Amino acid sequence: MTREVRTMLECIPETPVQHTTGKINPAKTCQPIGAMYAALGIHGCLPHSHGSQGCCAYHRMHLTRHFRDPVLASSSSFTEGASVFGGAANLKTSIKNVFAIYNPEVMAIHTTCLSETIGDDIPNILKQADIPEGKTVIHVNTPSYQGSHITGFSGMCKAMVNYLSQSDGTPQKDQVNILPGFVNPGDMREIRRIVTELGVKMIMFPDTAGVLDAPLTSRYQMYPDGGATVAEIRNAGNSALTIALGAFASNDAAGLLQEKCGVTGIPKKLPIGLKATDEFIMAIKDWFGVEVPASLTLERGQVVDTLIDTNIHYQGKTVAIFGDPDHVIAMTEFLLTMGMVPKYVLTGTPGKAFETEIRKMLDVAGITGSRVKAEGDLFDLHQWIREENVDLLIGTTYGKYIARNEDVPFVRFGFPILDRAVHPLMPVVGYRGCLRLIEQISNALLDRRDRDSLDEDYELIL
Amino acid sequence: MEDLCALRTAGTAACISEREQSIITAGRNKTSIACTTDSLAGSVSQRACVFCGARVVLNPVTDAVHLVHGPIGCATYTWDIRGSLSSGSEMYRNSFSTDMKERDVVFGGEKKLAACIDEIVEKYHPPAIFVYATCVTGMIGDDILAVCKEASHRHGTEVIPVESSGFISGNKVVGYRAAAEALLRLITPGDGEQIEKTRKLNFLGEYNLGGEKWLAGRYLREMGIEINVAFTGDSTVAALKQAPGACLNIVQCTGSMHWVAMQFEEKFGTPFMDVTFFGADNTAESLRKIARFYDDPEITRRTEALIGREMACIRPEIERYRRKLVGKRAAIYVGGAYKAAALIRQLRELDMEIVLTGTQTGKVEEYDAISRMLDEGAIVIDDANPAELEKFLQEKNVDIMVGGVKERVLAYKLGIGFVDHNHDRKECLAGFWGAVTFARDVYITTCSPVWKHLKDAQGVA
Repeated sequence: MTREVRTMLECIPETPVQHTTGKINPAKTCQPIGAMYAALGIHGCLPHSHGSQGCCAYHRMHLTRHFRDPVLASSSSFTEGASVFGGAANLKTSIKNVFAIYNPEVMAIHTTCLSETIGDDIPNILKQADIPEGKTVIHVNTPSYQGSHITGFSGMCKAMVNYLSQSDGTPQKDQVNILPGFVNPGDMREIRRIVTELGVKMIMFPDTAGVLDAPLTSRYQMYPDGGATVAEIRNAGNSALTIALGAFASNDAAGLLQEKCGVTGIPKKLPIGLKATDEFIMAIKDWFGVEVPASLTLERGQVVDTLIDTNIHYQGKTVAIFGDPDHVIAMTEFLLTMGMVPKYVLTGTPGKAFETEIRKMLDVAGITGSRVKAEGDLFDLHQWIREENVDLLIGTTYGKYIARNEDVPFVRFGFPILDRAVHPLMPVVGYRGCLRLIEQISNALLDRRDRDSLDEDYELIL
Repeated sequence: MEDLCALRTAGTAACISEREQSIITAGRNKTSIACTTDSLAGSVSQRACVFCGARVVLNPVTDAVHLVHGPIGCATYTWDIRGSLSSGSEMYRNSFSTDMKERDVVFGGEKKLAACIDEIVEKYHPPAIFVYATCVTGMIGDDILAVCKEASHRHGTEVIPVESSGFISGNKVVGYRAAAEALLRLITPGDGEQIEKTRKLNFLGEYNLGGEKWLAGRYLREMGIEINVAFTGDSTVAALKQAPGACLNIVQCTGSMHWVAMQFEEKFGTPFMDVTFFGADNTAESLRKIARFYDDPEITRRTEALIGREMACIRPEIERYRRKLVGKRAAIYVGGAYKAAALIRQLRELDMEIVLTGTQTGKVEEYDAISRMLDEGAIVIDDANPAELEKFLQEKNVDIMVGGVKERVLAYKLGIGFVDHNHDRKECLAGFWGAVTFARDVYITTCSPVWKHLKDAQGVA
C-alpha cells in the first residue's frame, strides 16, 4: 500500500532506511543557549556570549520565542581579527563595556564553538581583565560540538557553585538547596511553593521566576526582580542538603557543591508526575523531619481522584515521547502511572544513562517492544512512527510536523514551544502539574475522538 | 531601573559614546550616519551573523536540501523559521546538519560532510544541495569547496558551497552576498547551454512570506505578465536555472538582491528596477513602473484597470483605520532599509507620525534617504541595542512599533503596541489588500482594549 504523502516531511522515505551520519531534524540544540538560560536565573545577571554575534542573536531569539519575554545578552562580536589572534582583547573590551553600559551585578560568560576552537583561555583572560569592585564575573566552557543545550545549562549551574558557593562554617540545618533543572519559570515558582508549604527554608538556583515570566507594567526593567542573588548562591554552601532535580541538568552542580562545601546532594527526578513529586516531597520530609501539610495531601488526593475519573480515556494507549532527557524520564514514569504505553522514547542529548533509566522503568512495568534512543533525531522518531503508528505524540513544537503528517494527537511538552503561549507560566511539576498534564493528554485524545466520530457515535458526555 | 538612570545621562543621543555616530536626528544635523562599523564587543546587539543572512536568502529554495556543516545549533536555530510558503516541495522545511563533534573539529569535518552528502543523495536525490559553512568549519579550514566539487562529480548533482562562516565581519549583508554567489553558481548556464529569452520577469528579493509572491504573481498575470522565478520565495532548482531567460528583474529586498541584479545585467544583459509591494501607493507605483517597461498599451490599460479597481475597494477600509490611527506615534526597527522606507510611506498613508526609524543593515545612502523622508526631530539609528530602543521609545512617547521578534517583547513590556514585519508574520502584508491587513494589524495593537487594563492596574487612568 502506498501512503499518500501530505505536504510535510516528504523527506522521510517510504521504506525504512538506516540513517547514520549527521542529524536530520534535530531533537537538541547547542550548549550555549542552555548556559544563557541558566544565567538568566541569577538576579541582575547579563549573560555574555563569547563568540560571533550570530550565536547570541539566535539564542536570544529562540528563548524569546519560547518565553515571550525580553532576553538580553551581550556578545564578544568576533570578526576575523579575533578569530585569528584570539578573543582575549574582545573579551576584555566586552567586560569593560558591559559594566560601563549595562551595569549588571553579574556577568555570566559562556563560550561558543568558535572561541573553543580558537582555544581562548577564559580564566587567564579574566585574571587580566578589569572587573569593577563589587561586581561578579563567572564563566563556563560550552563547546557546541559536545553534548546539548542541557549540557550547557548543567555547566552554567556548576559554574555558579564553582565561582560563588562558599561554606563559611555556619551550617544552616534547616535550609535546602534546590537545583530545579532546565524547566520553565512557572515550574520554578511551583517548586518554591511546594518547598515553602513544607516549611523548609530554600535556596533555588538558577531561578528564572520573576525574570522570564515578568508582569507587564509599562516600565521596562533590564534586570527584573527575580533570580537567585549572588548572596543566596554563596550561602548555598552552608545548606544542609541539595536536591538535584534531573540528573542531566543538575547532578554536576550538586556534586561540586558536595565536594567543595560538604553539602550532601540527593539526585531526584524532575518532580513531573505523581511518583516523582511524591519522592521529591518525601526526600525533604525525611531529611528535615517536617510534616507534609494537609494542603499538599489534598492536592495529591485530587490527582489520584482525577486519574481514576479519566483513566478510561488513555489507559493502554501507545505514546511516542521526545525531548530533553530529564523531562522525558520523568514524563515516561508518569505515563506508566497513567497506564499508558511509552512505545517510542527519544532524546537528542547524548548519554547512555538515559536509555538505561527508561529501559529499567519499562522492564518494571512489563512493557516490551519499545524503542528507546539517546542522541536521536526526529527523523528517527518519524521513521518509527511510520513503521507503526502511536495513539499520542508528546514533545516540543518540532513534533508538529510528525503529528500533522501521521495524523497523531499531539501534546506540547518541554523546550522549546514556539507555537503556543502561556505554557511557561503553567507548571508541569508537582501535583498541580499532574492535573495539567492529565487534562492536556486526555483532552488531546478526546478532541480526536470527537473529530473522528461518525454522527451516530458522537457523544455529548464523555 | 536605577541601573539605567546612569545610562540615560551617559550621552546626548546614545547610551554608548562610541555609538553616537550611529544615531542621527533627521533635519537637525547634516552628518552622515556610521553604519558599516561592526558591533561593539560587549554590546547587546539586535544583529545576526553572516550565516544567518545566507540562510534566510537561500532557504526558501523549496526542493533543495539545505545542509548546515557545523555543530548542531546553527541548524536548529534556522530550522523553518523563515515562514516562506511553498506550492510544491516541502524539502526545505527539514533541517539537515553534519552535527560536528569534537573529533570532527580536531581531525577536520570534510569526511563527515562528504558522508552526509552521500547519504542525502542516496536517500532523496534532491536536485541540489546547498552546503553552508559555519564558524567552526571556517576556522578549522575545512575545504568545503573541494568537498562539494568532488561530490558534484561523484553524484552528477548540484552540490553548492555557501561561504557563510559566522565570524566574517559585516553582519547579515555579507551573508546575503554569500547566498547570492551560491545562487549565481547555480543559475549560470554550463558550456554550450542556452537559455532562451522570454517576456517573463524575475522577482528578486521576494521570499513568499504569507504568500506574498503569489499575490504579486496574480497582479502581474492580470496585467499580462508572467513571473519567471522569484529569488527565492517558492522557487525550485529547475526554475532558478531558467532565471537568465527573463527580460527584466524587479528587485524588492534591495539589501539581499541588488548585487545579484547587477550581476544579471552584466552577464545576461537583464535590466532591473526597484519595486516594493508594501503599501497601496507603493504597489500602484511599482505596477505602473513595470508596465512602462513593457511599453504595451494593452498591459498599460490592464494595469490601470487593476489599480483603479483595487484602490476603490480598499480606500474605504484604509480610511476606517486611518480615522482611528491619525496622529499616533510610530517607531520602525527592521532588518533592511528598503523595508523601513516602505513602512514610513505606509504609516504616513495612515496619517501616523514616524518618530524613530532604525535598521540592522542599512547603508549610508539609504539612511540619508530615510532621514530626508522623515520630519525634523525624528531619530534615525543603525544597529540599535535594546537600551537605546527603550530610551527612544519612551522619550518619543511611541504608541506603536513595527519590528521583529526581539523588539516585540520589548515594546509590549513598555506598554507599546507592536506589529511584526519580519519572519514571524503570518499574514500577507503586500499589495493592496495587504495594506488593509497591515492597517488592521496596526489598529488592533495600537487600540487594544488590554492597554486600558494596564493603566487600571497601575492606578493611573
